[in-house]
Amino acid sequence: MAELRDLYQELILEHSRAPRNYRELTDADHKAEGYNPLCGDRFTVFLHMDGESIRDVTFQGSGCAISKASASMMTQALKGKTRAEAEKIFERFHKLVTGQTVNGNQAELGKLAVFSGVSEFPTRVKCATLAWHTLQAALEGKQDAVSTE
Amino acid sequence: MTTLARSPLQSGRPEVRAVESGYDVERVRADFPILHQQAHGHPLVYLDNAATSQKPRAVIDALVRYYECYNANIHRGVHYLSERATAEYEASRRSVQAFLNAARSAEIVFVRGTTEAINLVAQTYGRVHVGADDEVLITAMEHHSNIVPWQLLCEEKRAKLRVAPINDAGELILDEFERLLGPRTRIVAVSHVSNALGTVNPIATIVKMAHARNIPVLVDGAQAVPRMPVDVQQLDCDFYTFSGHKAYGPTGIGVLYGKLSLLEAMPPYQGGGEMISSVSFEKTVYNKVPHKFEAGTPDISGPIGLRAAIDYLKRLGMENIARYEHELLTYATEKVSAIPGIRLIGTAKEKAGVLSFVMDGVHPHDIGTILDQEGIAIRTGHHCAQPVMTRFHLDATARASFGLYNTKKEIDVLVRGLEKVREVFA
Repeated sequence: MAELRDLYQELILEHSRAPRNYRELTDADHKAEGYNPLCGDRFTVFLHMDGESIRDVTFQGSGCAISKASASMMTQALKGKTRAEAEKIFERFHKLVTGQTVNGNQAELGKLAVFSGVSEFPTRVKCATLAWHTLQAALEGKQDAVSTE
Repeated sequence: MTTLARSPLQSGRPEVRAVESGYDVERVRADFPILHQQAHGHPLVYLDNAATSQKPRAVIDALVRYYECYNANIHRGVHYLSERATAEYEASRRSVQAFLNAARSAEIVFVRGTTEAINLVAQTYGRVHVGADDEVLITAMEHHSNIVPWQLLCEEKRAKLRVAPINDAGELILDEFERLLGPRTRIVAVSHVSNALGTVNPIATIVKMAHARNIPVLVDGAQAVPRMPVDVQQLDCDFYTFSGHKAYGPTGIGVLYGKLSLLEAMPPYQGGGEMISSVSFEKTVYNKVPHKFEAGTPDISGPIGLRAAIDYLKRLGMENIARYEHELLTYATEKVSAIPGIRLIGTAKEKAGVLSFVMDGVHPHDIGTILDQEGIAIRTGHHCAQPVMTRFHLDATARASFGLYNTKKEIDVLVRGLEKVREVFA
């Protein structure tokens, strides 16, 4: 049986209470809005690119503990990464939260591995990936708000 | 009158329970097969009745009996099964008529649910009577299904959708409502009981105000019909709508009640078989009401299951159900609001069945997940009433909604679950 503590790990709770990089980025050159109509979670992700590299990434909005912590830890993990590296990390993260992780991948995700418990809670996968989908839309320069539906 | 009964339930420990005026909730629970299971290793506590209700054995049996014994198409067969199916289908219409105290069975139209009933009225009565610069008046506590059909109509006709405001308790502000009844108002659409707040609206008063200006009133009764006696003649509303599945009946069946003179004057909603009396390529003559609004082979099992649900509700007595659920709501309100950090959303004086709340520092979705792990089913989100959320400056609430089989013991389990939520997020 899935354990609540697998989902609500201390690090996740801590980031949800005090999210990092939680601010508007005034010199953002990319931004996108993400919305989860199921629970009303709504985030804006701001990017400042330096060529192919993410010089700065921040977010703002409201959502549940899982979505907020995921957004917060995403900004920490991706700052300084290239577009291609960010895509790769998201791919791994997505596999992790949907339970498709093969051995060895978790180590590459670093702290983001705390989201492994999400795979036991299928209804919460969208919460964990909302900020990431939003980031992807920002990188691709999409104008419309992305939705998890 | 309250008497105390002892029952040797639960590991031989005698349990004291109240039997309120013959309402024996343990006996009621025995009628609902689905309730007797575990969810995530805990006894299921189903508190999502405003979304849909569970079905008593009698309803399940009626559906099985229909398919096993007399499934046939209705209103046109000359054979035994078809006659029997037609008789049962039409008996169900009379059963709904009696349940709502409608004057005639022709005033009962079977539809898929409340949503379809409202769309039907908007697209038939509405398209005839609402024109450019006319107004449709709704309230700020409506479900999306009583907003969007009117928006579609207003867009098409370049009419205006007016919204009567609610106060901080979630009650309709009647003075403001009356002020919005203007010379261009063509129809009023209002919920009987709010699904997001639990507020019970004073329908009879609303109807009097509207009728004083010759404006018809449609009532969304989806949350009221399972919870209280409804008498459409006493309310004097022009249209009343509800869904079978929220009233312990099957999904896919709902009811539109309309006053006969209005239904007769309305154009058809959908074209097809059953709704006609004769067809040629030059001219089609429509069938009488209610058949005019029931194009195509309808859901036949639906009304039959709904009748079984109505029979069940009548056996318990709607007055008894209303009294019992009020007791549950009072108990839950007291217990849940005593938990530190919890704020109730919707504190109207007249309330039924619904307890919406938020908890400091915890998103409703997280509350829902943690309670689910304790076997407790609640709803979290905007409850298809986003304007209500906006009114209270929220994205979402957690909502426990009660049914005729819930117990105070289950509310205690909910309270312990909410304490656990606080521990996780402490």
